[in-house]
Amino acid sequence: MVLPIKLNKLFHLLGLIVTLGWHDIRGRYRRSVIGPFWLTISMGVIIACIGLVFGGIFNTPMDEYLPFLAAGIILWTFVTGAINEGCTSFVSAEGVIKQLPIPLFVHVLRVVWRNILMLAHHIVILPLVLLVMGKSVSLIALLAIPGFVLVVLCLSWLAFFFAIVCTRYRDLPQIVASVLQVGFYFTPIIWMPALLPERLGAAILDWNPFYHVLELLRAPLLGSAPGITSWLVVGAITILGWGLTLLLFAHVKHRIAYWL
Amino acid sequence: MALIQFIQAGVEIPIFNAYSRSLKSKLIHIATAGKLSAHASGHVIVRALHGLDFSFADGDRVGLIGHNGAGKSTLLRVLSGVYAPTQGQAVRQGSLSSLIDVSLGIDLESTGRENIYLRGALLGLSKNEINARLDEIIAFSELGDFIDMPVRTYSSGMNLRLAFSVSTVIQPEILLMDEWLSVGDEGFKHKAEARLAELVESTKILVIASHSRDLILKTCNRVLWLEHGMIKMDGAPDEVCAAYFG
Repeated sequence: MVLPIKLNKLFHLLGLIVTLGWHDIRGRYRRSVIGPFWLTISMGVIIACIGLVFGGIFNTPMDEYLPFLAAGIILWTFVTGAINEGCTSFVSAEGVIKQLPIPLFVHVLRVVWRNILMLAHHIVILPLVLLVMGKSVSLIALLAIPGFVLVVLCLSWLAFFFAIVCTRYRDLPQIVASVLQVGFYFTPIIWMPALLPERLGAAILDWNPFYHVLELLRAPLLGSAPGITSWLVVGAITILGWGLTLLLFAHVKHRIAYWL
Repeated sequence: MALIQFIQAGVEIPIFNAYSRSLKSKLIHIATAGKLSAHASGHVIVRALHGLDFSFADGDRVGLIGHNGAGKSTLLRVLSGVYAPTQGQAVRQGSLSSLIDVSLGIDLESTGRENIYLRGALLGLSKNEINARLDEIIAFSELGDFIDMPVRTYSSGMNLRLAFSVSTVIQPEILLMDEWLSVGDEGFKHKAEARLAELVESTKILVIASHSRDLILKTCNRVLWLEHGMIKMDGAPDEVCAAYFG
C-alpha cells in the first residue's frame, strides 16, 4: 500500500514537520512571560555556572575556556537532545500513528527539527560570550555550515534508528541516555583536550565519535578548521548508519504500528 | 475512481508484556540460552482478522457490524492504511479521511486557532488551504472569541465542536467512521448533522462501523458482518441486519 511519494506530497509532509516542530517549541515556553528567552536564559545560566566552577578548577584562562565551554555545551545539548528524543519519537506519537497513515519518517524529522529550533535558541549565547571575551569570528566559521548539514544527516539516522528499536524494546531509551551521559564525560566539553596527557588524549579523542561530531561545528565557530579525520569519521558513520537504518526500516516498517 | 480491495487479507497482532518489551530480558535470555528465564516468553499473537476477501467500489456505503472484539476497529485501521495486513493484500485507491477520532491531535494548551492549523496539517491540508478556510471553520464552530483561548478552557462540547469543524472540511473519496458523530447542543447538532450528511453524500466510498440497526439501515447499501475476525455475512442491509440483530 506504499505508493511512491510524489513531489507535492513531499512538500506537504515537510510543511507538516515544520508545523509540528514549531508547535512543540511553542509548547515549551507557553505560559511564561519571557517566552522564547526562557530557553536561552536557562542555557546561559548553566554555562556561566559551569564556566565559573570548572574554569577555576582547571585554572584555564577564561577567554579561552568560556567560548569553548559555551560552544561545547550548546552543541552537546543539541546532539543528545536529538538522539534522546528521537528514541521516543514513535512512542510519543502513538495516537497519531494508530489513526492517521502519515509516513513514519515525519515523526522522526519532527523531533530533529524541534531540536534544531532549540539549538537556534541556544546558539545566540555564543556570539555574546565571544564578544564579552573579546574574541572575533573569522570567515572559517562558515565551515560550520557544511558541518551542520553533515551532523544533522548523522543525527537523523540515529534518531530514526533508535525510534524503531526503542518502539520494540521499551527499556532501550534509558540505556541510550546512560551511554550519552558517559559520552559527556569522555568528550571534551567541560574539559579542554590540551589538559589531557598526550597518549591518553589520542585514545580518548580519536576513537570518540562524539568528539568528531562536536569538532565539525565547534572548531570552525571558535576559529579553526576541523581536522580531515573528523569529516571522514562523521561522513562514514552517516553513510553506514543510513544504510543500516534503511535496511532495518524496510524490514520492519509494517510492524511498527503493531508494536505501539 | 475510488477502490478498496482485500485479497485474503489477515492481521495478526503481537501482544507484548513488560518482559518481551525489554531488551535486557531479551539479552539475558540469549546469553543463558533461555535456561534462566522463568517467564513465559510473552509472545502472544492475536489473530484479529483472517482471510478477508472483498472489494468496495464507488457508491458503496458499507456498514460494519459485529460484537465487541470481532475486528471492526482493526479492519478500520487496515482500511485507513495504519495497519498493513500481515497476510494477503489490501489495495486502496483514492484519498482517504477518517472521522474515527476527531479530537486526535488537539492540544489543550494551544488556542483553538492554533489547533485548527495543527489538526489541519495532520489531516493533510497545507497552510494556505487552512488559511483559505479558516474563517469558515471558525464560523462553523460557533466559538466566537473563544477561538483565541487555550482549548483547556473549553467545555467538552466546545472542544468537540472545534474538532468536528476542522475534521469535516476535507472532502475525501473514502470516508471511515466509527459510529455516527453526534456533536453539541440542539442547535449545533442539526447543523453538524447536515454537514455530515453532505460529506457522506459526496464521498465515493463510506465505511462505517456501528452497533445501531437504524443507522445501518438508513445509511448503508451493503453490510459486512464480522465474527472472530472473519466475514460471517456480506450482503444487503435488510438481509444481514435481520440475521445479526434477529
